[in-house]
Amino acid sequence: MSVTLGKRPLRRHPRLLQAVEIATPVLVIIALLVWTGQAGIYYFPPLAPILLDFVPFWFSERLWTDFVPSVSRLSLGYLIAVAVGIPAGLLLGRYPRVRATFTPVLEFIRAIPAPALIPLVILVVGIGDDAKVALIAVVCIWPILLNAMDGATGMEPVYIETSTVYRIDMWRRFTHVVLPAAAPQIFAGMRTALALALIMVVVSEMAASQNGIGHVILVSQRTFALADMWSGIILLGLLGFTLNLLFVRLERVILAWHHGSRELPQ
Amino acid sequence: MSIMSTIKRIDSGAPLTRAPRNRLGRPPLTGTKRAAYGLVGTLAIVVLAEAAIRLGLLDERYVPPPSVLINELGSLIAQSSFWISVGQTLAGWGFGLLLAATIAIPLAVLIVSVDVVDRALRPIIEFLRPVPSVALIPVAILLFGVGSESKLFLVTFGAIWPLLIQTVIGLRDIDPTQLTTAKSYRVPRSDLILRVILPNAMPYIATGARIASTTALIVTIVAELIIGSAGLGRDISFAQASNATVTMYALIMTTGFLGLILNLLVLTIERRLLRWHPSHREVIG
Repeated sequence: MSVTLGKRPLRRHPRLLQAVEIATPVLVIIALLVWTGQAGIYYFPPLAPILLDFVPFWFSERLWTDFVPSVSRLSLGYLIAVAVGIPAGLLLGRYPRVRATFTPVLEFIRAIPAPALIPLVILVVGIGDDAKVALIAVVCIWPILLNAMDGATGMEPVYIETSTVYRIDMWRRFTHVVLPAAAPQIFAGMRTALALALIMVVVSEMAASQNGIGHVILVSQRTFALADMWSGIILLGLLGFTLNLLFVRLERVILAWHHGSRELPQ
Repeated sequence: MSIMSTIKRIDSGAPLTRAPRNRLGRPPLTGTKRAAYGLVGTLAIVVLAEAAIRLGLLDERYVPPPSVLINELGSLIAQSSFWISVGQTLAGWGFGLLLAATIAIPLAVLIVSVDVVDRALRPIIEFLRPVPSVALIPVAILLFGVGSESKLFLVTFGAIWPLLIQTVIGLRDIDPTQLTTAKSYRVPRSDLILRVILPNAMPYIATGARIASTTALIVTIVAELIIGSAGLGRDISFAQASNATVTMYALIMTTGFLGLILNLLVLTIERRLLRWHPSHREVIG
């Protein structure tokens, strides 16, 4: 039951509201098309040719030289972070002494703003693909690890006590009790990490790279190929949007049991 | 629903207030014991790193030993140029966050109050929110040059979304009884918003501010690193380019300390402002 501040809520006109929701973005796009086409402002080149060129620009040659490299760096780095972060976080969360030992160092590393590490990674690993994957993995691991740790620490003690009483072995205890209990929080961490991964792939390609979406955008700006620059920005927006959408879908499927259990009592 | 429940959990402060409980038969760690473990762990890592580098297991050209690093930090904090950089980074963070809040909070009030605005902005916000703010770096350079205005623009863009989303959720989460009570007493609309609805949304806004603060620091460093706006990020990239590895590490550590201090600052402000709120009351009681 939501409450509105308005004097007369418009909820009685769902059709109207739906129309507004669909019409606004359409109107905004039309306005942008007309405005950029007419105004002739150098920094905002006409949108129509950018949109018409969008697919041929990105999905012919650049598909293999820029788009695929960016996406594969992102996914590989992210998957490594997930594969290392979850087990490490769960273990740290279940062993208070180990956790207490590493907490100060972990908190410090987490506090470092991730992009500050780019020069370090360039120095140690270089500017190749490995370096970018390593950078993304190193950065994305923390939100996942720390959320898994918090999830495993804050779980209902009765679950653990019950599995101790039933002599459930360590492996099964982690996969069947601790992991599901911490899953909602792990997903929260994975979501943060996904946004970070996108930022890091773009930044690392802008900082030092021969290819990739970030590289194309920055080179276009430097050579004043502004239509290409905007095209790249639109692509990044779409990529962020799509990844987010996929993630939410995945979460909804995997955590269906959790959402179900939360909605029942209400 | 998932975001809501997660936020509620973060917001209720459950991990902070719940007594630490362990597996069967083990007494929980006390605060002093935990601190002792932490101290031992940190020292052990520092000593191990020092030994590994001195023994040549790690290349000293790439990873300076901790003792050298601490020395370098000591000489850095004696330089005024270092503090100027820290100030510039902090300014980017602070002003960006402030500007984001001045835009996000009134906008959230508008979204919650007017259905049409809500529906009209929803698709636009949903599309803009996942756009990584770093994608706008070239636009910022073109529009604002390589100075602090670019930095401010990017930080504001990055920090606005968590604040906006959290505030909207907070404003919607009001207890209907409170709202109807205020309405029965004919509390004027402006007072209703300022004294009933906004205070009620404060915990959510605080969570948003915490997320936005982290984002703001990240974007500040990115702007300095890539665009070259003055600040710690630019110093780091200069140090790397001129092969001053030790200085680079020391500056990176500085950004870490800065991150810790800012986290602490935001948490302290949150506790102060929300002292009256149920999720924070237990601390006193």
